[in-house]
Amino acid sequence: MIGGLPASAASVASVSASASAAAVAARVEPAASVSAASVSAAAVAARVEPAASVSAAAAVAARVEPADLARERRLPVLPPFEPLLPGGALRRGATVAVGAAPGVAGATSLALALAAGPSQAGAWVAVVGLSSLGLVAADALGVALERLVMVADPGRDRTGWASVLGALVDGFDLVLVSTAPTLRLRPADARRLVSRVRERGGILLAVGGDLPGERSPLRLTVTAAHWEGLGAGWGHLQGRRVTVETTGRGDATRPRHADLWLPDAHGHATPAEPLATPIPLHPRRLRHHA
Amino acid sequence: MPDTTRTLVVWCADWPVVAAGVPLDVPAAVLRANRVVACSPAARAEGVERHQRRRDAQSRCPEVLILEHDPAAEARAFEPVAASLEALTPRIEITYPGACAFPTRGPARYHGGDQALARRAAALVSHTLGGRAPVRVGVADGPFAAALAARRHRRAAPVARSEDMALVVPPGESPAFLAPIPVTVLADEGGPAGAALVDVLERLGVRTLGALAALPVAEVVGRFGAEGLRAHRLAGGEDGRPPVTAPPPADWTLVAELDPPAERVEAAAFVARGLADDLHRRLAETGSACTRLVVGAETEHGETHERVWRTEGTFSALAIADRVRWQLEGWVGGVDNAHRPSGGLTRIWLAPEEIVPAGGRQLALSTGGPGAVDPIEAGDRASRALARVQGLLGIDAVRVPEWRGGRGPGERVGLVPVAAADVTEPRPAARPAWVAEPWPGTVPAPAPATVHIPPLPVEVVDDAGRPVAVGGRGEVSAAPAAVAAGDRSGRRPVAAWAGPWPCDERWWDPETHRRRARLQVTTADGTAYLLVVEAGRWSVEATYD
Repeated sequence: MIGGLPASAASVASVSASASAAAVAARVEPAASVSAASVSAAAVAARVEPAASVSAAAAVAARVEPADLARERRLPVLPPFEPLLPGGALRRGATVAVGAAPGVAGATSLALALAAGPSQAGAWVAVVGLSSLGLVAADALGVALERLVMVADPGRDRTGWASVLGALVDGFDLVLVSTAPTLRLRPADARRLVSRVRERGGILLAVGGDLPGERSPLRLTVTAAHWEGLGAGWGHLQGRRVTVETTGRGDATRPRHADLWLPDAHGHATPAEPLATPIPLHPRRLRHHA
Repeated sequence: MPDTTRTLVVWCADWPVVAAGVPLDVPAAVLRANRVVACSPAARAEGVERHQRRRDAQSRCPEVLILEHDPAAEARAFEPVAASLEALTPRIEITYPGACAFPTRGPARYHGGDQALARRAAALVSHTLGGRAPVRVGVADGPFAAALAARRHRRAAPVARSEDMALVVPPGESPAFLAPIPVTVLADEGGPAGAALVDVLERLGVRTLGALAALPVAEVVGRFGAEGLRAHRLAGGEDGRPPVTAPPPADWTLVAELDPPAERVEAAAFVARGLADDLHRRLAETGSACTRLVVGAETEHGETHERVWRTEGTFSALAIADRVRWQLEGWVGGVDNAHRPSGGLTRIWLAPEEIVPAGGRQLALSTGGPGAVDPIEAGDRASRALARVQGLLGIDAVRVPEWRGGRGPGERVGLVPVAAADVTEPRPAARPAWVAEPWPGTVPAPAPATVHIPPLPVEVVDDAGRPVAVGGRGEVSAAPAAVAAGDRSGRRPVAAWAGPWPCDERWWDPETHRRRARLQVTTADGTAYLLVVEAGRWSVEATYD
């Protein structure tokens, strides 16, 4: 189903491939003298006429691109989430913790909006332990309900949880599991589950925070949320402005932030323009004008 | 016709209603995905029809009893019928629960002709059913014409004497019998063609099977492909497919030994699912597909049970697994004590009887986008995982969403057990366009991400700590100032609110009448809730999480 390359090796391959393409483009531009043609891609470039340099280089770059295996091992997300994720997509095999800061709501909407991108790309989504999920909201955020399956809570049975989640990550590209106290998973089972996800190439979204005993290498957190549209007895909820923060390890070490409407007035997830910070009027300048 | 098998079809009318144990003089309708799939004659007399929506059916016949479609229960209830016909011939093919067929060549000679055999079959089945359901028998050249002979007969003679329950089309007269029948029968349950083909045919003016059969075959194939060819052959009274020249090799029978013996149907069905996948893969590797299949099981005490399943299309892996489960449920959990096995199941086998070149399912070419998912492969993988989860948690543990009409956020999408809906087939009910009618009074978008079913009880109080009430004119007694969520979290001050939005639903029906009013509030910590008051009691219907 998915290429056997482990994620780290694939990303190394992608870096070297795009680097060589850039080198080709740089070398073709000035003149026909290509001296150090050691890479095979550069050998292709050597045959290129100098006059058609830029477009030819672009063509070569395009031919080199399919070697980018890391992109094949990613699932796309909706455009507003691209700046939040390393590589602009969800990496297959990852376990992602999706939560909200204490006292802030929005973890469920965030998880649904994250699942929408892969779901629209054809991935099947299984949901466990979120029996009260709002499916109308899921549809509005972009999750294809045709490929969504709700699995009943295995109850208090710890082995039941482990085997159900294991079976689901075997078959589904995306599994949403609630980490509410109803989740009964031993830390050892959680560790096994995470490595099974990595092996199978699916994505596990832990809604509400980390799995028991685990610390996800990628965490998305709603740090602030504010609803608009409601007054003192008038209006109706129009949209929620949230700030989402990505933290984690590895290529997610650098924290990223984004302001989003989650949801906007139509129920979709859209990017929000940053609020203009008011420029304080200087008291002395005021006096001067007066 | 030299290349058709003279066939007898036994058809029990309105089987889904009968299987649910509802007498036919009670108006009842069986629904799947909000559409009527079957109804009782009493409901039909009131204007309920197949493919109607629930609300249309209820508007024609308000007292109609609504039943959920349950193919497994239907198959289970049909098992005694198939068993009773085993007195005539061992080769019973179950087309779908409610209809079965067998070739008449041997038994007709033994019982003294087609007419006598048909009467005997009708008498046997109506004895088994004890008059609970009307039984119709048709004999004709080929299973398609025989099934139509059984079904079309109903309107001609609604009398329950066994001579009148059977219609025998003499040999060679099937094309003439089929000619006046409308083409819509091609798209019926177990039929060979899709609704799309029938729709196009009707718009082209080809309205009867006779008109379709009169078209030149080359033109039909050129325009409609393999599906058109099959429909054309059937309309002309021939078998849907050209006769098979070579019987399937014996080594395609797949056997699974169960050790320890399986006492529960779920455990056996899970093994059968693996077998079905295996068979389907092996057939697909040779570019063929199965249209008739023998499913057999054996218990630790040596009792065996075999049934032939047939379809006009081809069996998918999931369809094979479903047939095995239905059959085992009918045998192990059946109502018929005399035939029930006495021990656990030790062996299950699948033997394809009729193999045809697969029409082929074209695997999608890679759409080229990064991270694109192959839809067919992903669907197959998902349905395998679901079979495993169903084996662990039970059939009803896995549910899929379907759109329904409604006003509240929890009413607009319902969940149905996945066993009733094939996940690898397109499911139009899972698309928002399924509910085309407007629902005035719907809670405005955006929808809440968490819907509490059942709603969480809560108290809503004003500044002075008095409970807030909504009057008959749809006004609040005072502005809500705080929400007290049950026992644990104490009072949360209300920052903003809107409403109430009264909602008076189904006022014409005293039993399902609901009068509610909804209120949106945001609390001081920035969380938004949808509150609902009914009969003076507040609850949180949804959280905008």
